[in-house]
Amino acid sequence: MSRGRGRNQFTFNVDALGFGRGDSLPTTTHTPSPLFPPMQFQPVPLHTGEEVEYMLALKQELRASSKNLPFHIRAARTKRDVSRYSDKYQTGEPKNNTIEWSPDWSRLPKELCIKVRKPQKTITGTKQQLKQRPKVAASKEDILQKLETLEKEEVHSEEEEDEGKKKKQNDDEEEEPEVEEDYDEEELEDETDYIASYFDNGEDFGGDSDDNMDEAVY
Amino acid sequence: MTAQEVRLCGLLLQEHFGDVVENVGTHLIRNGVLTLRALAHETKLALDLVKKSLCVLVQHGMCTFGPGRRGPAGPVEYHINCEHILHMLRYPRYIYTAKSLYGDTGELIVEEILQRGQMTMSSTVKTVADRLTHNMPEGQSMDYNEVVSAFSRLVETHFLQRCPPMASAESSGTGSAETPPAVTQPSNPESHPDCYKLPYISLSGHGKRRRSSEDGEADQRAAKKAKTDSSECGDEGIHWQVNFERFHLHFRDQAIISAVSCKLDQTSGEIVRTMLRMSEVTTSANAAFTQALSANEIFRALPSNYNIARPILDQYLTLLVDDPMEFVGKAGDSGGGMFVVNLHRALANLARATLESVVQERFGSRSARIFRLLLRKRHLEQKQVEDFAMIPAKEAKEMLYTLLSENLVQLQEIPKTPDHAPSRTFYLYAVNQLPTARLLLQHCYKTVGNLIERRLYETKENKRLLEKSQRIEAILASLQATGAEATQLTEVEEMITAPERQQLESLRHHINKLDSGENQVDETIFLLESYINSTQASR
Repeated sequence: MSRGRGRNQFTFNVDALGFGRGDSLPTTTHTPSPLFPPMQFQPVPLHTGEEVEYMLALKQELRASSKNLPFHIRAARTKRDVSRYSDKYQTGEPKNNTIEWSPDWSRLPKELCIKVRKPQKTITGTKQQLKQRPKVAASKEDILQKLETLEKEEVHSEEEEDEGKKKKQNDDEEEEPEVEEDYDEEELEDETDYIASYFDNGEDFGGDSDDNMDEAVY
Repeated sequence: MTAQEVRLCGLLLQEHFGDVVENVGTHLIRNGVLTLRALAHETKLALDLVKKSLCVLVQHGMCTFGPGRRGPAGPVEYHINCEHILHMLRYPRYIYTAKSLYGDTGELIVEEILQRGQMTMSSTVKTVADRLTHNMPEGQSMDYNEVVSAFSRLVETHFLQRCPPMASAESSGTGSAETPPAVTQPSNPESHPDCYKLPYISLSGHGKRRRSSEDGEADQRAAKKAKTDSSECGDEGIHWQVNFERFHLHFRDQAIISAVSCKLDQTSGEIVRTMLRMSEVTTSANAAFTQALSANEIFRALPSNYNIARPILDQYLTLLVDDPMEFVGKAGDSGGGMFVVNLHRALANLARATLESVVQERFGSRSARIFRLLLRKRHLEQKQVEDFAMIPAKEAKEMLYTLLSENLVQLQEIPKTPDHAPSRTFYLYAVNQLPTARLLLQHCYKTVGNLIERRLYETKENKRLLEKSQRIEAILASLQATGAEATQLTEVEEMITAPERQQLESLRHHINKLDSGENQVDETIFLLESYINSTQASR
């Protein structure tokens, strides 16, 4: 006998639920499901074969070589408080934000144009460095700037970073194509170890000694 | 862009181009189009770094730029191309295909162009010749002409194409700081008539062998001179890029041929390969089926080492047409029978086989039976599912609900009465192939992302050990180069202890497995993507 109309009846077919009236409900869970639940079916093993091995080797090679390309951009390290001795040996990171490869600028919007960073020279570049000084002095108009630059060159003459700095200064004050021309010209000049401005041809040597004949000359 | 795609793109950019480009790229993907200033503001990076990253992205074809919303006078807007970034997963496959079709020269050409985004023909030829010369024995060198001929073949078969030229806007004034940025609009590469025309370049010579670093300075000077020479080759401004679409068509054809070979036999695979080869040039990229070919033509075009008789060919063709996979269809009776390869239907069937296989491997063969049943019969009630699949009711229910909870099966309610009473409603289960394929594709992206992250984690955990082993290898190499004794070598080798060696070995094994897994998942990604694109194209 039904107590109330429709009170004791389910509105759907109970068999469809999968359990009868009297069965207990499944137990409640107390913890979140495990991170790596045990799998019911093991996965199929990977393909093997010559093709697969070759593509694997290719992939790893590509990954390794792409780290050495200029497209792999690392942020320039911020200047720390003190310049350290080890900075000289850690040239892996770029010191400024010039671009390391020269794209075809006609295919890029003008606003993306950045100075192209020339490849750094090795230690033998000091030869060119010494030659560069008179050129740099000659092209500057401001004497103060000239003195400053020469002073900087004296101080940093051992480090290779000088190349970058001088180029940057040149770039800042002159236009880029001019500097490139300068650079090329210097390369094509004779490489000698002698700096023109240091050369003293001895013309004023004999003139001073006339006045002090009684002093011994050592 | 879905969340999984964005994550995968970020990981790929980071792997190839570093964190800076990843930052810029991810912001561009998330925000759609951005101007340079807005991008610098969002990423909080220095403007120069943002410019460099954008140069890298545009060079590789992953980012396009165009006039902004304010028209040509306004700032340039950048728009990222996500598919190109995802293609980076497939680079090994492209290179391997080039190798199998055009040998080592072709392989190196495609590899160089893929790594650098775009290159001119002369610089490609020089670099590839140098690389090949480096691997040859002493005294031999690679002639430029061979490389040029390999390059020409790649262009003729459309695997390489010219980068689209820029339609440059008129720029007023020169040298003034207020010049509006020259906004150049790249167009679709195929719309350019000279897309596949080779430029005439005057390039002759041999590859140069790279000397050891003692001659570093002489080399640098020579390299500087070579750079000034390259501008005289005659192909300034003509850059070449890889034509991904053509490679994809080739992969699609390969998939169809291998499916036919697996299902029927080798000869049928050859027949389908011949048909596809004959219709390569006449079929457009999005065509649903190839041009109709008569049986006579197919017979004439079969490769000579397959001398099968004409009646046997006819039998094979009939078999192919009758096969439920519907790879080949009959389009007429003239010329001994006109036959087409049903490309879209083949892709749909391949995708369906992939879905079924996924369900089978994850949930068991009985769940797979239910899945296949629902794919074929569209809508079924629960009772009908149990009956048709011949599975006991309780288990069938469980499996159905598992599939439902994974979204592989959908539930449709059809009420009999307006009050939607459960006892008077039909509940029908169904599987829709296209949405399920999309779901699985997202799962694949997530899988590849997980594989990459796990690989990065493993590498990071063992960084110290890896660095140590690299240092030891470098020491060993330098010792061997200077001719050291065996005792010194063994001493250095012993610096790595045996348990460390074991750890290194297992690390290498894991990384190989993860990499190989990525390659394999990428094959599934390609298949599902092709299927989804083909259904969209036919709409």
